[in-house]
Amino acid sequence: MGEILEINGPIVTVHLPGVLNGAQVSIGALDLIGEVIGLDGERAVVQVYESTESLRPGEKVEPLGHPLVAELGPGLLGQIFDGVQRPLASIFERSGAYLVRGLNLSPLDRQKTWTFAPAPDHKPGQRLEGGEVLGTVQETPSFVHRILVPPDLGGELLELAPAGDYTVDQVIARIRDRTGSPSELRLYHRWPVRTPRPYRRREAVGIPLITGQRILDTFFPLLKGGKAAIPGPFGAGKTMVQQQIARWSDADIVIYVGCGERGNELVDILETFPTLTDPYSGRPLMERTLLVANTSNMPVVAREASIYVGVTMGEYFRDQGYDVVVVADSTSRWAEALREVAGRLGQMPVEEGHPAYLASRLAAFYERAGCVETLAGKHGSVTLIGAVSPPGGDFSEPVTSHTKDIVQTFWALSKSLADMRHYPAVDWTASFSAYVGAAAPWWAVHADPNWAERRTKALELLTEADELAHVVNLVGPEALSPEQRWVLESAGLIREGVLQQSALDPVDSFCSPQKQFVLLDLILEIHRRGTRLLTLGVPVQQLLNIPLLGHAKRLKTGYGNDQIEALRQFATEIQNTFERFLQDYAQPPPASSAVTDGEQKP
Amino acid sequence: MTGKEYRMACAARGGLLFMRGVPGVALGGRVQVRDHRNHKRNGQVIRTSNDLILVQVFEGTENLGLDTTWVRFLDAPFEITLSPDLLGRVFSGIGQPRDHRPPLIAALKRNVNGAPMNPVARAYPREFIQTGISTIDCLNSLVRGQKLPLFSGSGLPHNRLAAQIVRQARLLGEAEGNFAVVFGAMGISHDDARFFQESFETSGVLRNVVMFINLADDPPIERLILPRTALTVAEYLAFDLNRHVLVVLSDMTHYAEALREVATAKGDVPARKGYPGYLYSDLAEIYERAGRIKERSGSITLIPVVSMPSDDITHPIPDLTGYITEGQIVLSRELHNRSLYPPINIPPSLSRLMKDGIGAAHTREDHPRIASQLYASYAHALEVRMLASIIGAEDLSESDRQYLNFADDFEQRFVNQAEDEDRSIIDTLTLAWDILSQLPPETLSRLTEADLARYHHWTPVAMEEL
Ligand SMILES: Nc1ncnc2c1ncn2[C@@H]1O[C@H](COP(=O)(O)OP(=O)(O)OP(=O)(O)O)[C@@H](O)[C@H]1O
Ligand SMILES: [Mg+2]
Repeated sequence: MGEILEINGPIVTVHLPGVLNGAQVSIGALDLIGEVIGLDGERAVVQVYESTESLRPGEKVEPLGHPLVAELGPGLLGQIFDGVQRPLASIFERSGAYLVRGLNLSPLDRQKTWTFAPAPDHKPGQRLEGGEVLGTVQETPSFVHRILVPPDLGGELLELAPAGDYTVDQVIARIRDRTGSPSELRLYHRWPVRTPRPYRRREAVGIPLITGQRILDTFFPLLKGGKAAIPGPFGAGKTMVQQQIARWSDADIVIYVGCGERGNELVDILETFPTLTDPYSGRPLMERTLLVANTSNMPVVAREASIYVGVTMGEYFRDQGYDVVVVADSTSRWAEALREVAGRLGQMPVEEGHPAYLASRLAAFYERAGCVETLAGKHGSVTLIGAVSPPGGDFSEPVTSHTKDIVQTFWALSKSLADMRHYPAVDWTASFSAYVGAAAPWWAVHADPNWAERRTKALELLTEADELAHVVNLVGPEALSPEQRWVLESAGLIREGVLQQSALDPVDSFCSPQKQFVLLDLILEIHRRGTRLLTLGVPVQQLLNIPLLGHAKRLKTGYGNDQIEALRQFATEIQNTFERFLQDYAQPPPASSAVTDGEQKP
Repeated sequence: MTGKEYRMACAARGGLLFMRGVPGVALGGRVQVRDHRNHKRNGQVIRTSNDLILVQVFEGTENLGLDTTWVRFLDAPFEITLSPDLLGRVFSGIGQPRDHRPPLIAALKRNVNGAPMNPVARAYPREFIQTGISTIDCLNSLVRGQKLPLFSGSGLPHNRLAAQIVRQARLLGEAEGNFAVVFGAMGISHDDARFFQESFETSGVLRNVVMFINLADDPPIERLILPRTALTVAEYLAFDLNRHVLVVLSDMTHYAEALREVATAKGDVPARKGYPGYLYSDLAEIYERAGRIKERSGSITLIPVVSMPSDDITHPIPDLTGYITEGQIVLSRELHNRSLYPPINIPPSLSRLMKDGIGAAHTREDHPRIASQLYASYAHALEVRMLASIIGAEDLSESDRQYLNFADDFEQRFVNQAEDEDRSIIDTLTLAWDILSQLPPETLSRLTEADLARYHHWTPVAMEEL
């Protein structure tokens, strides 16, 4: 038992000899929970997960004997937790609209029973290692929850419960560990969130994470088990991109961490996801989703913890052999929480007030992404996608620049695109993906062998058009050759017909890989045929006026993912349109009616 | 302890009073400070240990002598008295009457810091508010429970715009609503305060208004508590009395400057431009108090005014505000200098909650697409205008000239409107189509062919007249 010495915002200095760094403590009459982050003789510095208002020096402090842990077991899915895994829905039922302090409810429901089916070939006497599957619980109609031996345990199986209904607290197995002492296993176990969960070995990443967003999947792909960042100024669309990923990506489980962002954004998910259908399982989307919500007005220290709680739950599902996506919105708010605590501890700031360990903490966090062979020999992955909110939209600031060095996929959002309402406002010059080569074989098999070539061609056109646009802004469009004006037009077609994709459009919100390829292919076909006509002397102005271009921009919303064949037929229309031109211009034009570019008879 | 007065001040600077050797004082507790002339000041404990206590003094620490300052720890948090009689009253930032009427007496008191709303308790805002201002209603729609700031600059008419919104805001199809206005003034001039007061009076809403006033020549530290007091009252009106509350806070920049002053005095590590790293969380504690709650009928819609120092939108105060609020309405000096009112700068303005508050169920089916199209066409038109300024309008192509005319028309007829002009959303949409019909339908790819067939009245003849 110790006592409070000083209270400085969320940082409380206590007298508590013998406590370990990282240990949880209960503080004051309100029983606020905190975490020891520094020791100095008999004094400990504690960061507290709740507001410290009304605490006074002299109040009691008790060590809880364990670090910050997450509870892992059936009942996580569909839930919303705060940054230290308190169940917000139960808290709402207990205490109403505003959060009261010191209410420490268990993350998992203790009353609810689950139907457990023991693994058929486990027999008492056999050895079971940490991470192996004890049995299963059908958590939702489409999700089998594999009950694991805690990774740090293992030994001889003494007893395994028969099939039946159990609460998470009931013992379902007994094991004698290496030291000979027996342990009781339950449907859930705890794991310290700041320690990565172990696995057998890392595997190479190679399968794209399909998000249904063309600019992401086709142009800057992310792989399952990869790391991505979405930096962008306010209002550029980071949250929308992450919500789209949560909706549409082909993962088994999605964990959405609202880290220091808006309450309404989480309500949006809570209200809409139960009514949306998972395109892969046909079940309500909420059944594969789990939310961690520490909004901007909630205590800042719990915000710092939230991304670790989120990724630990992600690793837990990975260890069951699933593909998990963890999105964190926003990692900048996490870094600010870190900075605030560092500042109150008087640690030396290095860049914009951030402590020196910012970069290493960020790198360690993203390192928890990956494809692994689990301890049970299964394949699982955690894909990490972090939003970054640079102050003033300046990408050279510390959090963005360190993150950029760490991630392999970088979806840079641009204010000027967002201002034009070009969404997703992913800037094709500032973004990158180191996974293009690794993703290409998958696309060649699942979409088209020419995928990589088309992708490169489109990016070339976009880049060339950006350069030409500079020229136009200096000297006007008349300075361009007909071919160059056609490049500008074609890039416009790619922008509007392919890159731009409204999350709000019922048809276009999700675009299958096949449709992504066909759309791009058709638009490049228009470009190719147009270029050819120009060499035959067709005035560019005539090409610019063909109504086909307007149709091409609307193909994305005109054809659903189940109408790929019909969409392909548009190639015939392109062919017919351009053939008509060809017929008119195939013969040498009569000398009297020479038409020059840009001019046209009414 | 509450009865005892201590004379143990050891330092006073920047609104902070440092006290030695008063044991067991609670964080956040209210403090009464008596100076050498027996004048009382109000303070709050912001850091505490048995050796040293930091008190933030709302009236400032000017003219405090260390030996002649007496401090009483009231052992209670900062609270405000709540009753329906608040309506029609004027208070200071700490809730003391400023209208020469007696203080409120009621049993209900609440801590002005409030508590964070459980995100699960929120109801998503979806009810369209018609402000009668085309650029807001059509392009950046406001919904009940939204927090939508006005980003402005010195000399721009943000106060007139805020007052117009307060006068005209109403829900479609709802008669005289059960509304209230909470107005918080931080560091604004006497003239601006009077302007609001008169505007409330002439529109006859004064008896539904509660005002919290801290003027430019009032002590700045009080601005730190003013928005919290104002929002505690707003929460009471909205969630106890079921009112739809519109909160206007002007000007949040003065608030943030006061925060910086205290942070500097405390020696907090600065992040950008001297503002402390916790400015984001601090502003969020204020802004996130807007919203709606499940199964309660009231709401808090928040319109903070943020003046951008040197018109710089990347300055930490507008920047962090934009990262918290659900969009922003940005005013433009350029449009203002061209005598356009309201001078709303369309490209950087945004309403994030509009997507769920417009369309067939709320306004009209084509609304989302026409808004998106106007944005896209206007963005293109502005590029053309740039080009025209370089190469001259004569050298523009025919299609570019159409865009040039579109931009002018859009600004003059759509953006521009009178301060007492209250356009219905249908009138606004009709006007939008009218202006868009100057552009050829092929270029309007954000609209569906059905929209175009129904509303677009493009006549190629018009092109020849150009
Ligand atoms: N893919 C999209 N489709 C349609 N609209 C979009 C899309 N992306 C963004 N938007 C629009 O942009 C608005 C802002 O997007 P969002 O909230 O995702 O920004 P943000 O980058 O997360 O901002 P902040 O940093 O302030 O949280 C949305 O409310 C929506 O109106
Ligand atoms: Mg966001």
